[in-house]
Amino acid sequence: MTASTLTIKDLHVEIEGKEIVKGFNLEISGGEIHAIMGPNGTGKSTLASAIMGHPSYEITKGSVSLDGEDVLEMEVDERARAGMFLAMQYPSEVTGVTTSDFLRTAINAHREEGDEIPLMKFIKKMDKNMETLDMNEQFSTRYLNEGFSGGEKKRNEILQLLMLEPKIAILDEIDSGLDIDALKVVSNGINNMRGESFGCLIITHYQRLLNYITPDHVHVMMQGRIVKSGDASLAQRLEAEGYDWIKEELGIEDERVGQEA
Amino acid sequence: MAVETKWAFDRETVKSWSEKRNEPTWLQEKRLEALTNAASLPMPKPDKTKLTRWNFSTFENIDSDQRAIESYSDLPGDVARLAGEESKVNSAIIQRDGKVAHKKVAEELKEKGVIFTDFETAVNEHSDLLEKYFMGEAVRSDENQLTALHTALVNGGIFLYVPKNVEVEVPLQAIFWQDDVKVGLFNHVLIVAEDQSRVTYVENYVSFEKEKAAANIVTEVYVGQGAEVKYGAVDNLESGVTSYIVRRAHVQKDGRIEWALGQMNEGSTISENTTHLLGDGSYGDTKTVTVGRGDQVQNFTSNMVGHGKHSEGYILTHGVMKDEASAIFNGINKIEKGGTKAHSEQTGRVLMLSSKARGDANPILLIDEDDVTAGHAASVGKIDPMQMFYMQSRGLSKLEAERLIIHGFLEPVVGELPVEAVKERLSEVIERKVY
Ligand SMILES: Nc1ncnc2c1ncn2[C@@H]1O[C@H](COP(=O)(O)OP(=O)(O)OP(=O)(O)O)[C@@H](O)[C@H]1O
Ligand SMILES: [Mg+2]
Repeated sequence: MTASTLTIKDLHVEIEGKEIVKGFNLEISGGEIHAIMGPNGTGKSTLASAIMGHPSYEITKGSVSLDGEDVLEMEVDERARAGMFLAMQYPSEVTGVTTSDFLRTAINAHREEGDEIPLMKFIKKMDKNMETLDMNEQFSTRYLNEGFSGGEKKRNEILQLLMLEPKIAILDEIDSGLDIDALKVVSNGINNMRGESFGCLIITHYQRLLNYITPDHVHVMMQGRIVKSGDASLAQRLEAEGYDWIKEELGIEDERVGQEA
Repeated sequence: MAVETKWAFDRETVKSWSEKRNEPTWLQEKRLEALTNAASLPMPKPDKTKLTRWNFSTFENIDSDQRAIESYSDLPGDVARLAGEESKVNSAIIQRDGKVAHKKVAEELKEKGVIFTDFETAVNEHSDLLEKYFMGEAVRSDENQLTALHTALVNGGIFLYVPKNVEVEVPLQAIFWQDDVKVGLFNHVLIVAEDQSRVTYVENYVSFEKEKAAANIVTEVYVGQGAEVKYGAVDNLESGVTSYIVRRAHVQKDGRIEWALGQMNEGSTISENTTHLLGDGSYGDTKTVTVGRGDQVQNFTSNMVGHGKHSEGYILTHGVMKDEASAIFNGINKIEKGGTKAHSEQTGRVLMLSSKARGDANPILLIDEDDVTAGHAASVGKIDPMQMFYMQSRGLSKLEAERLIIHGFLEPVVGELPVEAVKERLSEVIERKVY
């Protein structure tokens, strides 16, 4: 597999007539790990959902493309099949559908009809990835996310990442709600994906995740756009000093969206 | 075809038909009394559905001259598929228009004293037991016009008797197939599980013709002390059939009943399922799912009545409504005075797939005792767009995501059915009804 590139240009996103993302630019290529940090309510999840095609968000301006293909023209499932993945901050629960059935259907959706993944191969892959993530095998037969704890849902998102092997993944607060051990395990899983054919955008509030997954680039998001970028050391400085110095540097009074006027 | 004379259903006709079947006097008298009373009895009154324009008498005959089908392989494919592969069938009774079409009962059952036989045979061979239980306490002849007609005209069904302390490991299967639309399906299922016994039973109702027809179905289950009954059913009668279905259980001290009902009829249906938790510590659980489509009109009532102390009663109802179908889902948890420490819960969820469909979840709590716990949750809504987004973001098309969500929604009953073939066929029916 060769490296893919996701290009986001001057993206503007509205919800219910209110602009949340305001001119977001970023290029993510295979082999790169980007981290986005930023205070609450600055548009990070909105950005992630909009890129994946969430129906409630309206893109009013800008473009998103994957290896030159217009992503915004694609349905949500087409984006996934093109190689995109979003680990959600709040994954849905689906009753009556086991995690394993769901994943098998998802994997087969990525394959041609008549070329479904053989059951044994699927089971092996599932076992291996669940072991990597230190997940009890009962999770495969439990209904998708139903009654899962916060941390278990996050692990399940990463399990899906490992099973689907996307080209570009966006991970929205995959570390929230994880205990220290789980954080290591999940980071380990993500690190296993690292390589030329995998690009990743990690949204997080905490430097500690980035201790395990060293990012190539760190971006700070405020008021719906990137206001500062740097390397891994930027995350360390944010952890130590908070966001005030950036706000001062840029003359921002309130970092949340809709507060700037 | 023989010359059809319109069945008059007067005293004489019923009497001579009963005589032809060599029925004992008590049954003949019970039939005739019910027939006499029927006309003056009111129609049933399911909550929120008026039956004034429903026609439950679109049948011309109650007697079929169908014969048994000797070889399993000669059964029509669609019927045999319900039972599954012949080699895997342990004990099954298949009836066509009330007559036994095929019957296989494992020897070991007989050795244990278990009776599993068709209604007509039971009447002749176990008259005393039938007399004691048939249209006795759980469902009475004089409740309404349809229960009276049921008693008068019952023409098929099964009798299952499990003696004290006997545990039946394999699920017992019945298939009731309405082949001739002119023959009314007056089917009676009677299950008696004596103290400390255990049994699993699963039934299919099926027809393939779309013409007008009538079904009047009664189940009575008597669960003895400490006994356990699991009862699975898939109703799948065609669109022309107007059905009246009553399934009830009486549960004694520490007894348990679990119902798993796939209510997949295509026509107008009134279906009531009631469990009376009579004894202390008795337990009842009803799970029921349905898919309404076309312009069918249905009314489902699930009823848990706690009489004894420390009883537990659970109701789960999941319905999917599409096209212009309409359905009322009444869930009634009742706790009688004296039913202290009883616990009762119900969940009713209706998924609307079309704006022209109608689904009404109607939870009712009737509690006459203070020292109880009860809860209910009811919702009517569309498929959650967040669920759709989540599943599509993993590559599933809109259609696949919807399919999984709907099958998952109906899984509580599919997953409970004890026979693999019945499970698979129910999944197929769901698939066919939804798409
Ligand atoms: N469905 C919605 N309806 C109304 N407002 C919304 C909706 N979704 C997001 N918003 C608003 O958009 C803004 C940005 O929200 P978003 O979830 O993108 O922030 P975030 O940066 O991910 O925050 P956090 O760090 O707390 O997860 C917030 O003010 C939020 O209230
Ligand atoms: Mg967020």
